[in-house]
Amino acid sequence: MTNASEVLVRQSELEPGRAIKMGTFAPRRLNHLRALESESIHILREAAAEFARPVMLYSIGKDSSVMLRLAQKAFFPGRIPFPLLHVDTSYKFPEMIEFRDSYPRQIGAELIVHKNQEALDAGANPYSLGTQKCCGLLKTKSLLDALAEGAFDAAFGGARRDEEKSRAKERIYSFRDSLGQWNPKNQRPELWNIFNSRLDRGESIRVFPLSNWTELDVWLYIHAEQIPIVPLYFARERDVVFRNGSIVVIDSPAQLLPGEKTQRLKCRMRSLGCVPCTGAIRSDADTVPQIIAEMVSFRRSERENRAIDHDEEGSMELKKREGYF
Amino acid sequence: MISSAQNTAYEGFSAFLERNMNTDLLRFTTAGSVDDGKSTLIGRLLHDSKAVYEDQLASVKKSRINRSTGPVDFSLLTDGLRAEREQGITIDVAYRYFATPRRKFIIADAPGHEQYTRNMATGASTADLAVILIDGTKGLLPQTRRHAFIASLLGISNVLAAVNKMDLAEYREDAFHKLQDDFLALAAQLGIASVQCVPISALEGDNVVDRSRRMPWYHGPTLLEHLETVPLPERDSLQSFRFPVQTVIRPDATFRGFAGRIASGAIHPGDPLVALPSGRRTRVRSIVTYDGELPQASSSMSVTLQLDEEIDLSRGDMLVSPGRLPKVSRKFHASVVWLHGTPLELGRTYLVKHTARQTKIRALRIRHRVNVNTLAEEPATRLEMNEIGSVDFETHVPLFFDPYSSNRTMGSFILIDSATNATVGAGMIQESVAAVQLAEEPENEFAASGGPAIPVAPGERYARHGHFPGVVLLEGRSALAERLERFLFDVGLEVLHLSRSEFFGDAFVETVRVARAAGVIVLYSGGALSRETKDRIALEFDNRFLDVAGAPELPFDEEQAVRHVQAFARSLRFVDEQSRIQQKVN
Repeated sequence: MTNASEVLVRQSELEPGRAIKMGTFAPRRLNHLRALESESIHILREAAAEFARPVMLYSIGKDSSVMLRLAQKAFFPGRIPFPLLHVDTSYKFPEMIEFRDSYPRQIGAELIVHKNQEALDAGANPYSLGTQKCCGLLKTKSLLDALAEGAFDAAFGGARRDEEKSRAKERIYSFRDSLGQWNPKNQRPELWNIFNSRLDRGESIRVFPLSNWTELDVWLYIHAEQIPIVPLYFARERDVVFRNGSIVVIDSPAQLLPGEKTQRLKCRMRSLGCVPCTGAIRSDADTVPQIIAEMVSFRRSERENRAIDHDEEGSMELKKREGYF
Repeated sequence: MISSAQNTAYEGFSAFLERNMNTDLLRFTTAGSVDDGKSTLIGRLLHDSKAVYEDQLASVKKSRINRSTGPVDFSLLTDGLRAEREQGITIDVAYRYFATPRRKFIIADAPGHEQYTRNMATGASTADLAVILIDGTKGLLPQTRRHAFIASLLGISNVLAAVNKMDLAEYREDAFHKLQDDFLALAAQLGIASVQCVPISALEGDNVVDRSRRMPWYHGPTLLEHLETVPLPERDSLQSFRFPVQTVIRPDATFRGFAGRIASGAIHPGDPLVALPSGRRTRVRSIVTYDGELPQASSSMSVTLQLDEEIDLSRGDMLVSPGRLPKVSRKFHASVVWLHGTPLELGRTYLVKHTARQTKIRALRIRHRVNVNTLAEEPATRLEMNEIGSVDFETHVPLFFDPYSSNRTMGSFILIDSATNATVGAGMIQESVAAVQLAEEPENEFAASGGPAIPVAPGERYARHGHFPGVVLLEGRSALAERLERFLFDVGLEVLHLSRSEFFGDAFVETVRVARAAGVIVLYSGGALSRETKDRIALEFDNRFLDVAGAPELPFDEEQAVRHVQAFARSLRFVDEQSRIQQKVN
């Protein structure tokens, strides 16, 4: 029997008998997770109502998982009224692809997978191109092509303002010109929760419903809502090599550079990207609460293990200007 | 196997988790001038509350730039864009996040220089509290006045005045008390309800997070203690239920729900509601969420409402409690912050977005402009970027609103330039305005207007009213006509009830002809009219004519008759060519 003043989050099939109290309905003020959730649902509904062809960028990571759950909530009992789009570089971890091909289908979401086949056929890879150029071809260009192909005028992304300095000034509705580019000096002022969705032909808007969430909020919400995530986030013994100060998980011998030898290490991913550019961290955390406990004691930011952010000072800002998320 | 020591640690952690999932959220904005040390304060707050990661701190430590006098330039933690680091000033609002065991915080960090009133307004628009920095060596400057004014304008009732650089003021008690008295006087003048003054040194860390031993005379909370403990009452005084419909959820023929975020009040299944603009009454059948149906929902929750009766509602409509209705009007008076390089022009058509409604809007008159440094009201005929004015507006279709001071969501709007799509203004509604008051123009403006007179075309009148003229015949039913006149008038229509029975034949036709020329909707409740007179009226009004009493297919039941009149009134809605095209494109 549900107490009238409490909401019981539905029990996960994975952990029967476990229900989590997600705060009470304080009649005056929501607790912070409920406040963030409600704001995000408002944003998702605004964009779905106002844009002709929205799409949700689905990166398979923890933030995407949270965004997907919020979309389920926003349109319940209806289906999510827009497709998901995964930009596949073909360098993603096999566990990610497996998850991508099962979970969205389970919840009845439509999924579009886009690859820059032309660049892949021409042999694009991070080893010979370097991370900047590889990202430009397989992620940024691929994304812009997919958005143009689908004639999408709005794309939801799971980026958060706490991730990186240049993101702290990002709008919730981030305007992109007809080339998909971001101009930090020409963003529309955003007051209250009133969003300007007006566009001319070819222009688009990136919508960030998780703007105000922190990494800790995301994990607390995954815990509270029992949201399924890719197993790479949980620690276990994996084959790794140490490369340029990062722990690189090796899935097949083909990923080894000359002279490298794998070793077994208990580790996990803190954020998910492409195999060659996403480092693992040493960890024993194999449940969500343990990940949260570990996080609270962490003093390093989650994007630290992403090669692309560290190529140059302000490199995230440069990538965003070109059309990266 | 978990050892008992680990078990205890895990229990401690469970408590931690539980607490973290139940903390509340405080959003605050910061304002200070270039040299007030605001970035240093925020950097210090993030650093001392351990919200800065080691790699971020390392990148600041090894940066080529250090504008501070200390070993670490904390301000670099917040200057996110290249241009800012190069120019050494903050350009745009930055959002920062940190948490303590007591609360989660979102900081909207707004740059404070003169030309960035718009950024301060942006930061303040979502904040519960404002931290205003005052240089302890200088006293209240014009910008302090500006910052406090903008905070109060945007509806912030909690202000923390951080008197900074106490290290340079030799930690003197009298220096602090002088500033405190001055600031309390300013806050009282602006009507800011709750004020706390804290003497700090952001550079040295005095009274930011930890209590300073160098100011033993100060017994109040540190800056962070105040942020952690300040009571957060519902910031809006409005209690009545307001629910702007964002979208309709209709997965199949069996379910129809209206999705939105509650702007004000609380609701339970069974509660009566009024739908706007139709005025129809209904009840809540259920409050639907992914997590199950709820026994109650309240302000700021996103929910989906199922109603008892099938009524026609779409995005931009509103569900409200019948007790106290919002104002329904096309004319209102608002404070406006102008955000764009192209000034606000009187008479020009802009787009307005208010709750989930978007329509056209014109500024009719600027009552005055506020000098943000002196707070003096000055006459103005336009508003430049970063200027704040008090403006009378008229919209194309009615908005449903409450004053901003009673509810932010119900009283706020943005203005969009329909040619460039830029967000050009932000408004806070003060009250609706009687048409008579709006029509008053100073005589000298009329004298100065000169030039050849351009006749007022019928289309211009219809555009201003938002509807075509029409006639509703309610012969002999004056009580019903009176009710309808009040209702239609309140939703913004130009309506006139003619009840006198002496209108017969030509006299009546002549009267309604004048009403048509004025663009008015006539409700006639006088004596019975002949068939011939009715035919002539129908012809005069291009068949925008509803004969409630005479049409045998229209039922005599009052509520049904009202519905027919409402549907008729909707059909009169004036749509100009551009909107018609826009609607087709959409």
